[in-house]
Amino acid sequence: MKILVCISHVPDTTSKINFTDNNTKFDTNGVQFVINPNDEFGLTRAMWFKEKQGAHITVVNVGLQDTESTLRKALAIGADAAIRVNTTATDGYSVARQIAKVVEDGGFDLVIAGRESIDYNGGMVPGMIAALTQMNFVNKCIGLEIHDQNVKAIREIDGGKETLATTLPLVVGGQKGLVEERDLRIPNMRGIMMARQKPLTVVDPIDTEPQTTSVSFEKPAPKGAVKLVAPDNLDALIDLLHNEAKVI
Amino acid sequence: MSVLVYTESEQGKFKKTAFEAASYAKALANQLETHVTAVSINANSADTLGTYGVDKVLTVADTTLDTFNAKSYAEVIQQAAEKENAKVIILSSTANSKFLAPLLAVGWNAGYASNVVGVPESLSPFKVKRSAFTNKAFELTQINTDLKIIGISNNSFGLMETNSSVSSESFSPHLSERQIEVASIDKVTDKVTIADADIVVSGGRGLKGPENWGMIEELAEVLGAATACSKPVSDLGWRPHSEHVGQTGKPVASNLYIAIGISGAIQHLAGINASKVKVVINTDPEAPFFKAADYGVVGDAFEVVPALIEKLKAFKAQQ
Ligand SMILES: Cc1cc2nc3c(=O)[nH]c(=O)nc-3n(C[C@H](O)[C@H](O)[C@H](O)COP(=O)(O)OP(=O)(O)OC[C@H]3O[C@@H](n4cnc5c(N)ncnc54)[C@H](O)[C@@H]3O)c2cc1C
Ligand SMILES: Nc1ncnc2c1ncn2[C@@H]1O[C@H](COP(=O)(O)O)[C@@H](O)[C@H]1O
Repeated sequence: MKILVCISHVPDTTSKINFTDNNTKFDTNGVQFVINPNDEFGLTRAMWFKEKQGAHITVVNVGLQDTESTLRKALAIGADAAIRVNTTATDGYSVARQIAKVVEDGGFDLVIAGRESIDYNGGMVPGMIAALTQMNFVNKCIGLEIHDQNVKAIREIDGGKETLATTLPLVVGGQKGLVEERDLRIPNMRGIMMARQKPLTVVDPIDTEPQTTSVSFEKPAPKGAVKLVAPDNLDALIDLLHNEAKVI
Repeated sequence: MSVLVYTESEQGKFKKTAFEAASYAKALANQLETHVTAVSINANSADTLGTYGVDKVLTVADTTLDTFNAKSYAEVIQQAAEKENAKVIILSSTANSKFLAPLLAVGWNAGYASNVVGVPESLSPFKVKRSAFTNKAFELTQINTDLKIIGISNNSFGLMETNSSVSSESFSPHLSERQIEVASIDKVTDKVTIADADIVVSGGRGLKGPENWGMIEELAEVLGAATACSKPVSDLGWRPHSEHVGQTGKPVASNLYIAIGISGAIQHLAGINASKVKVVINTDPEAPFFKAADYGVVGDAFEVVPALIEKLKAFKAQQ
């Protein structure tokens, strides 16, 4: 099985989010970049397939050279090869177009992306890849088993889960549940050494127009001070929630 | 030209998010000086949509659509949009709507903005505000294409009653063969889900262990709320993963969020910040959650929560 894992290069979850250039650009100053958490679950599930059933794993990122450290980390975790499509990631649609081209050229059976990235939060790249390549698609995937061409996938629905039967080729939008938190892997020394020998191919982008453009950013208005209520005066809390906030 | 809204239903009943999406569609249609058409799949009583400004409903009745299928549903919505010559489609942020939206966007060749929090700030160019960086910021996005899809963030617009007289028309789309079948559905039906909830009661590691969740569930029941938890609580197996909220869990955009024994780490706050009113109960006055909350009680959850339950019961009895 040939697996492609999409890796989005995002600010670490502890990052303070700031903007520059008149609030039009994300300020990368002092920001650590990591593999998007949802993609980490997907990559670990791909490793499971590789170890238990045999699979070849390629990771892909659409981005400029600065994302290579993130791709190297994915190689150190255990992916076999990496591809970087050499262009700035603009909107979700353009990214999906670039990855769809990689999928078609590489003949992948399974594409694992994240349900959403924690920066842009578009939640659109995996579904768009599926639609562009005519592959089956399961979003918010929290369980995945594959035997020959047959797929059993579990997806999270509002208030529960749903088990689906489908076939390869397939794209999944993955998240926690594909594997558990404790199964996530940290690259070890040997992995890091081996990653240096693994191929990281830079490919040219195809021509595509963004469908959406980021115009500017703003931060939420600062919060007023908290109103404290004494633990022996909870009637006051109920009163505030009922009469002031009007939420109960 | 019209605005098309997909009004999602479950077992024949419209979801609250459908009414919110319809309210938004009406506001947008007013801006565009056009009318609102809804498309509903296997829903009863289409006329209730008139309350939220829908002028016309295309009703699809097809038992093969009783269980959700993203591709088929996207086909239904696209064909409805083509029939109505719609330029904009409005969706909500339910798991199903977010599943079908990217398929619809490619199929219909439309630019798609998700997690939108308000009506367009300008129509030409078409700019909408959406939440980004898991609620740590907002982004003003321009949709460049002629056809547009807007996915609205839950509880960001609210319900607006306008009362249109609504006409309905049955609609039979052409569906392609399905490649994905539902084998089983495992769903808690008697509990409010985090996605649908107006109020969410959430517990953290401060509650010490799963055996102490009885009071969290009781508080949720008194308030008609959903229960949620912080990430370590689900990682430790005290609560199911489906309750994990935050930057890497479920987003929460409820009217009221009550955090009990949760410190307020940046990753937790990011995911719940879109909630309108936040209450924190924590023994530590220095807990970062107090900086993010509207109301707070510095106190021991094991004393405060049972007392709060009793007082709320008395309050509810008087209502
Ligand atoms: C990549 C990454 C992603 C993450 N994503 C998320 C996420 O999505 N969601 C999330 O929640 N976390 C997330 N985290 C974890 C986050 O950093 C915090 O560790 C976590 O939110 C802390 O959970 P907590 O508040 O329940 O526990 P703690 O931080 O241990 O806080 C417990 C709190 O309970 C209080 N307390 C103790 N006893 C009582 C009592 N008797 N009564 C009242 N209060 C009491 C304490 O004062 C303390 O403030 C993420 C972390 C990483 C690294
Ligand atoms: N620039 C990118 N390069 C590779 N994969 C990406 C990129 N952007 C998004 N993805 C993938 O698509 C998923 C969803 O991203 P998004 O649609 O931006 O929320 C991510 O979790 C990644 O798996």
